Amino acid sequence: MAAKFDLDDNGVVVIIGSGAGGGTLANELAQKGVGKIVVLEAGKHYKLEDIENDEWAMFGKISWLDKRISAGAWHHTKDFPNLPAWIVKGVGGSSVHWAGLALRFQQHDFKTRSTYGHVPGANNLDWPVSYEEMDPYYSRAEKKLGVAGAAASGMPPLPENNHYKVIAAGARAIGYKDIVRPMAINSRENDGRPGCQQIGFCMQGCKIGAKWSTLYTEIPKALATGRVELRPESMVLQIQHDKSGKVNGVLYVDKNGKKQLQKARIVCVAGNSIESPRLLLNSASSMFPNGLSNSSGQVGRNYMVHTTAAALSIHKAPVHMYRGTAIAAVVSDEAKLDTNRGFFGGYHLEGLSIGLPFAAAFIRPGGWGREISSALEMYDHMTCVWVCGEDMAMEQNGITLHKTEKDHYGLPVPVVSKSDHANDAMLRIHGLAQWRKLNEAVGAIRTVDMPPYPASHNMGTNRMSAKPRDGVVNKWGQSHDIKNLFVSDGSQFTSSSAANPTLTIVALAIRQAEYIADSMKKGMI
Amino acid sequence: MDKDSKKTQDESQQPEGMSRRFFLKGGSSLAAIGITTLAGAGLGTALPAEAVAPPAAGKEGYTQSFANLGSGNGETLVKMARDIFPHDKLPDQLYADAVAGYDADAESKSMIMSGLASMDAIAKKRFGKRYADVALEADRLEVLYAIEDTPFFQKIKGGLVTGLYNSKKVWPLLGYEGSSWQYGGYLDRGFNDIDWL
Ligand SMILES: Cc1cc2nc3c(=O)[nH]c(=O)nc-3n(C[C@H](O)[C@H](O)[C@H](O)COP(=O)(O)OP(=O)(O)OC[C@H]3O[C@@H](n4cnc5c(N)ncnc54)[C@H](O)[C@@H]3O)c2cc1C
Ligand code: SF4
Repeated sequence: MAAKFDLDDNGVVVIIGSGAGGGTLANELAQKGVGKIVVLEAGKHYKLEDIENDEWAMFGKISWLDKRISAGAWHHTKDFPNLPAWIVKGVGGSSVHWAGLALRFQQHDFKTRSTYGHVPGANNLDWPVSYEEMDPYYSRAEKKLGVAGAAASGMPPLPENNHYKVIAAGARAIGYKDIVRPMAINSRENDGRPGCQQIGFCMQGCKIGAKWSTLYTEIPKALATGRVELRPESMVLQIQHDKSGKVNGVLYVDKNGKKQLQKARIVCVAGNSIESPRLLLNSASSMFPNGLSNSSGQVGRNYMVHTTAAALSIHKAPVHMYRGTAIAAVVSDEAKLDTNRGFFGGYHLEGLSIGLPFAAAFIRPGGWGREISSALEMYDHMTCVWVCGEDMAMEQNGITLHKTEKDHYGLPVPVVSKSDHANDAMLRIHGLAQWRKLNEAVGAIRTVDMPPYPASHNMGTNRMSAKPRDGVVNKWGQSHDIKNLFVSDGSQFTSSSAANPTLTIVALAIRQAEYIADSMKKGMI
Repeated sequence: MDKDSKKTQDESQQPEGMSRRFFLKGGSSLAAIGITTLAGAGLGTALPAEAVAPPAAGKEGYTQSFANLGSGNGETLVKMARDIFPHDKLPDQLYADAVAGYDADAESKSMIMSGLASMDAIAKKRFGKRYADVALEADRLEVLYAIEDTPFFQKIKGGLVTGLYNSKKVWPLLGYEGSSWQYGGYLDRGFNDIDWL
């Protein structure tokens, strides 16, 4: 079944990374008959047996823990100095850990520059693709992911757990109406996978595969076509090119620590928004001294993580928020376009449970004393929110290469720099205040605000643009500079919106696969 | 475009103020988020499966002897652990479990010994007693405030985040049920049983 291709085979499409973007692209291309696909994945190939209902054990097992350095004004610089982001290194990428919330972007999200105008300090830009163009691909993505409650999938909504009920009641009590929960989790048996059993460890990997992850959907389907070879534990160091400037191969370290050169007809980069730009920068050559596809100077810039904050509210009676699907009710009322609140963009209030071990770690990094222990003692009375708001693109937020420090592959360590825009700070304060009100409306006795978690949504560092000078790739995720080089992950995003990114990553990958397959057929690439 | 001009690669490698802001702390996964780990406590070292041991007789209320650090130091350490994350309903034994690993931790022994000695010295100066004998929590906190920025305090506190809160014996006492898949999740076990709304 699973194919095997020669290192010297220069007809191969190489996909770097097997997460939401890369895994989906591999399967879509294979289903369209593209004959030779090699997926290179830095991490190991874990199976459902490896998944544990244990926050720290899973974090330690599958997170990307190669050294990264946090920089900039965000609190990560002090509190998470080597963990700016929470990303998975393994087959399936962060789709193993993701919570499964599958929101669409809104129309204005694709047009932030023309909607907001010039925002001082920000580097906003319209996407070269519109909501109308994306709409059918969103539907296909919803169907693929089996999104519960989405018309396109035909899947019923997930049942409401305790955590959902408390948040939804509070939201209605303060006048919110738009309470949603589109989840890429099977609400019944579907696609050869079981329905959700309310295990409650969605973000540690779903033990029964009820939640969509490329690990046990796209990748096995892709392999079953006989057109795809997956090489786990294969870390790509560099993308190489020929004299004409077209990419023609990738250099990687295989699972035995040996360097290999895989020849390629097309290269698609899907390593998530820190590793993808890092790889392009690390592939600098005499022809491309600033890194591949970087004639705009925008590779690694405009790093967006969503403007986030979190809070725990303590109620007068038990909630047991950890019982069942990690994402509870999601309030969308504040995601609408409304500049009267004093900021651009909007946010979702996303009920998101965390276990006691993570609550202790994140409630106040570095804190101690009764202020903290008295809250944690009420763990089973808590609700928990994650505010997910629009993050403005800013040019100086980004990924750069450390001048001297190298990792164990010999590659410069990535420096991940992020500071708030004033807009972000306003949005965050508004979100936390609304959350407090919402909980107090159903009797919460105490709310503890928490700083943002390590970034789980990473976007924007190889952004799409209509004009080559404004970004890295065109509306198909194709490099402006090198036509057989593609970016296939969230680093393509031109804006962050207030919606979690993965549905859009998948929709873009489905769309990109059509374009690549078609262009190959026409001999254009 | 708000971008004023095209930047060169070298400029782009040096965003404003970044080099000043490097924080290079330890390399382990938890050190990455400012949490230190301790062999024998919490993370990665599965806790013994038996239920919470009943407190042993005697004033300490825990079974560890702290043979290397000395029983007096052990007592200080256990009290300190409780004062850092005080839960009146947790028995001493669980705090002792959370710090027991330091007794076998040769590498940090001198830091621990001198840290504990300085706590006792401050306690004696202010209250005429060693730390563990200072009766009032508020008085003991004064001692902890005096040392809270030291690497010793940071290490003990960081270790407790997992040593205590990742202990499977502590979980049920703080209302957390842990792994659920082996029981079929919560589908038939109360995921939607709320009755007070
Ligand atoms: C805890 C958590 C909860 C989340 N919840 C949600 C949610 O509810 N909704 C939502 O929309 N999103 C959520 N996300 C975000 C979501 O997981 C990501 O947006 C998505 O997985 C990103 O897809 P990607 O393809 O860009 O990268 P990933 O899925 O991270 O995949 C990248 C892959 O590339 C590999 N790789 C990187 N560099 C190289 C290299 N040089 N060579 C070879 N391989 C390489 C990595 O090992 C990794 O496997 C969550 C994330 C986390 C961590
Ligand atoms: S609640 Fe449980 S069964 Fe449902 S998706 Fe999450 S981990 Fe899987």
